[in-house]
Order: sequence, then structure tokens, then C-alpha cells
Amino acid sequence: MSTPAEKHAFRVSGETALTLVAFIVFFTALLAWAFLFTKPTIEQSARAEKMAVLNQILPVRLYNNDPLADTLTLPPEPELGTTAPATIYRARLSGKPSALVIDVVAPDGYSGNIKMLAAFNATGQVIGVRVIEHKETPGLGDYIDPRKDKNKDQLWINQFNQVPEDLSAQQWHVRKDGGDFDAYAGATVTPRAVVKAIYKAQQFVKTHRQALFAREGTGGRSNAPTEPRLQ
Amino acid sequence: MWITRDEFKDIAYKGVWKQNTSLVQILGLCPLLAVTTNLVNGVMLSLATLLVMGLSNFAVSTLRHFIPYEIRIPVFILIAAALVTVVDLLMNAYLHGLYLVLGIFIPLIITNCIVLARIEAFAAKNPPLQAASDGAMMGVGMLWTLALIGALREVIGSGTLFSGIDLVIPGALPLHLLPTDYPGLLLAILPPGAFIVLGCIIAAKNWIDARQMTGQLKQATPASAGGSV
Repeated sequence: MSTPAEKHAFRVSGETALTLVAFIVFFTALLAWAFLFTKPTIEQSARAEKMAVLNQILPVRLYNNDPLADTLTLPPEPELGTTAPATIYRARLSGKPSALVIDVVAPDGYSGNIKMLAAFNATGQVIGVRVIEHKETPGLGDYIDPRKDKNKDQLWINQFNQVPEDLSAQQWHVRKDGGDFDAYAGATVTPRAVVKAIYKAQQFVKTHRQALFAREGTGGRSNAPTEPRLQ
Repeated sequence: MWITRDEFKDIAYKGVWKQNTSLVQILGLCPLLAVTTNLVNGVMLSLATLLVMGLSNFAVSTLRHFIPYEIRIPVFILIAAALVTVVDLLMNAYLHGLYLVLGIFIPLIITNCIVLARIEAFAAKNPPLQAASDGAMMGVGMLWTLALIGALREVIGSGTLFSGIDLVIPGALPLHLLPTDYPGLLLAILPPGAFIVLGCIIAAKNWIDARQMTGQLKQATPASAGGSV
């Protein structure tokens, strides 16, 4: 037996719940609409953004395929410092392997990980590096990021664009440690971490380059050399 | 239902000056500290917040008769969160460069207590136009404050103004106010710099208010002012 008061309470809570559900349905629909409406534009800009970064380190003359479609997913690799599966973009010129773009993480930055994107040519030689994410001290160690580098004529990170092939392990250090790489005084920890990580990555790529170029990628379009080049 | 000129003036004065979110209510300090390293970031985050506050106040006020009192908070949050997400998606699509700079602070607008505070304190009790004006004007108050903090930190910290403007207007260049060999002042760029600048601005506002107050007092009681009239 339920009293009239109990019946009333049931009715009120039922109505309240229904009102909440109605609001949820309406605003979820609004969200769904906004999501679908902006999706193509967002995907386009994400792609353009990736391509813009790639083009900074990957000379356009090196490839005529679509590196964003010719990819390979690499499991976490200690030599590269990656702790999550990473995507490798493969550039080919008329079907021949010409360059690889790989995620490299320097685990020993001044404050945490420095995430980078590095390009290596067909022989495994580094041809360009860009810092994607870092937490280095603003104004001190953050010159590894070209946007923060005060010396715009000669970006620090561009040292990696023309590293001689025959550089010895000892030369792969910052000058302070007896190597060939410049670093600004007062902030050596950051460039030291970057140089070390790129050296290790280069060793890795040189050892495994056959496999990295050959393995069938998730993009599945590695056999399409005539793929129009993306600009 | 319509909004009168005086009503709007009162709402605008409260939002922009008297109850300024950053200077008087001291709400939303996290984005204030994090994004005001330059003028453009401060202004753009404020604009996003302004948009969200205007829209959410308007939506809540329009729907206020349908929202049961007992579940108003979840419904308010639902409305504001949905609108924040819409703004987030739109910025991601059409202002992508800026979206990357402001990053997590766009979705985090929902945790800015000022949004819910204005909904609960104003929009839930007032008609839509008044509510929308209130949200927008609170946003304007935040806008000029963050713009001022951003500008001061940018000039003192790196000697430029409008850096990052190319993310909003492609091709526009930042101004270099100080010589290019200005070494920069790291303190102004780091969070403590934001606290110091904010403190100075709050002090300046209080000083202006105090002067006004004494001015009014003198006018009200001319005799006590030493018979200077």
C-alpha cells in the first residue's frame, strides 16, 4: 500500500528524471551536430599541420609519394625513447626509399621528456629534427624549439640538417663534452639530451633501415609510387 | 522582456569594473596565469570565455522555467559544458593555430567557476537578454584585464607586443617595442610574473576606487573637507 504522499514523490522524481533526460538528449544532439559539422575541417587542418611539420625536416625534392599514407606503426622502442607505439612516415621517390620520419623521445631533458620528430635519409643519416613537445625552461633551454630560438638566422636545431656521415661517437656530443654540436652556455642539459637521443635513434635506424622501409605498413599504400605528392 | 538602456549600463558597469571577474571576484586564476604570457593568447582565451558565458547565460535564462530547482546544477553544467565543447570544436576547425596554443585551456573554460557562478547568480533569475548581456560583460571585464596583463608581461618579458598575431590574422607581424637585443625578463613570463602583474593591477583598481570614494565623500560633506569649497 502506498500513501498519496509516496505516490506524489514517485511522480515528482519521475518527472524530474525525465526532464534531465530531455536536456541530456537535446544537448547531446547539439554536440553531435557540432562534431559532425566541424569534423572535415578539423581532419583537414590536422593533416595540414602534420604535413607542415614533415616539410620542415623532409626536403620536398626527396619524395613524391604521400608519407602520411605510407606509414608503419612501431612498438615502443627503448633505442628511440618511445614508451608508446609510434608512427613512422616513409618517403619514397619514384618507389625507391628515400627518407623516414620517426618519433624520437629524449627522456633526460632538464624537465622531463623532449618529444621530437626526426628525419633520416635512405642510408639512415639524420637530415632534420624538430621538437614537438617539451617542458624545458622558457628563455633558457627552449631554444631547441625553432619558434623560441632567438637566433632566427641560424636555428640551433638546424645543426642536424647537415651532420657529416662519418661523425664519430665522440663527436656526437655537445662541445662542452668534447663533441661537435653547439650549445648555449648555461643550458647544456637540454641540448645534451637532444644530441644523445638523436644519435641513438640514428644508430637504430642505420641498423634496421631495411626492415623499416620494407615492412608492409598500416597505410597499405607503400606500393603506389605514382601517388601524387602532397603539398 | 526587452532590456532598457539603464539596465544594460548597470550590467556593463558591474561586469567590466565593479565586479570584474579577475580583479574583484578573483575567479579563473588558472587560465589567467597560464595563458597571459602574451597579449594575443590572453585576448583570445577571453573571447572564447566571453562567447561561452554569453551563450550559456542566454541558454539557461531561456530555459530557466523548465529546469527543476532540485536538478538545476547538473542541468547548468550540462548546458555550459555542451557550449564549451561546441566552441572548442569550432576553434579547432577554424582557428587551428590558436587552438594549438591555447590547448587544454579551451575545454577547461568549463571549470572556470565564473561561468557557473554567473549562471546560478544571474541567468537563473533574469530574462534572456539581461542574462546574455551579463555573461558578455563579465567576459569583457575578463577580456580587458587579461589583455592588460598579457600586454605587460609580453613587453616586460620579451620586448614584443602582439606576438602570435599571425595565428589569428595570417601575415600580420608582431611589434618589437624594445631593441631586438633586449635580453627579456624571464620572471615576467613565468607564473610568478602573472601574480605580480595581477597584484599591481588590483592595487591600481583599488586605488582608483578609493580616490573616487573620497571624492564622493568630500562632495557629500564639504564641511569636513576643511572648508575647501
